[in-house]
Amino acid sequence: MERSEAELIAAVLRGDRASFEPLVAKYSPRVLATARRYARRESEIEDIAQEVWLKAFDKLKSFRGEAPFEHWLMRLAVRTCYDFLRGHQRNRESSFSEISEPEEDWLDRFVADPGSAAEDADAARALVNRVLERLSPEARLVIQLLEIEDRSVKEIAELTGWSVPLVKVRAFRARAEMRKILARMAKDKYL
Amino acid sequence: MKRMNFAQLQQKLTAAARLQSPDDRVPYAFEKRIMALLAQRAAASGQILWARGFWRAAVSCVALAAVCGAVSFFTPAAADNSKDLSQDFENTLLASVDQPDATP
Repeated sequence: MERSEAELIAAVLRGDRASFEPLVAKYSPRVLATARRYARRESEIEDIAQEVWLKAFDKLKSFRGEAPFEHWLMRLAVRTCYDFLRGHQRNRESSFSEISEPEEDWLDRFVADPGSAAEDADAARALVNRVLERLSPEARLVIQLLEIEDRSVKEIAELTGWSVPLVKVRAFRARAEMRKILARMAKDKYL
Repeated sequence: MKRMNFAQLQQKLTAAARLQSPDDRVPYAFEKRIMALLAQRAAASGQILWARGFWRAAVSCVALAAVCGAVSFFTPAAADNSKDLSQDFENTLLASVDQPDATP
């Protein structure tokens, strides 16, 4: 008979480490999908997911069962991704001179007629990933959660552990930072 | 050249990012790897506990030795030999050996 999540967690807390495996198997797709939003290389993604699970095992005592286990785990995953972004800040300092030809074409189309540049184009995706990679860790996290995943400020506050006013301030700064990056990109390309 | 509308560009790119569905594929036997890591860590943590205990004991011993050394170094030597601590210690230690000689 399949055991419930609460039973599995209780068993792990009693010292039965093997009961942790079904939880890892069940939630790894979500943890890895979250990690893939912040890291590009597969080795980094696996490292993040691994870190999330090790932390989850260590901190399982702090899970009180008031909210679903998945929410608790996602909080850990988001915070681990944020730590990863902070640890890899150096990688975001580079110019836009290396943007590919399709990306340049997409930008040209946008400048000529914004309506003609499709959002579902691969070039647009590559371009947005390039822009996201250049954001500061705070800005990247806020843009990802607020603008891309469409989460509320309150949800972001719960996920990140930041206060609601802090999320609002960081969201404002993140949008400004993103515009600044876009301006720099335009300057690199057209000047 | 036309002026670029950054606000609109930002909206377009954000919309492009929203259209990217996150890939939730899991590497082969990922959960087994996590479980192996946890097992490895549990074994290592036992060794770490012992090592930590030994290090603490070693540090305490070194500290005690340093205090004893300092005390013996800075304590002025007694002028009167009868009040010599080492002599007293030796007398006490050898008291049982000396006893038969003392009795007639």
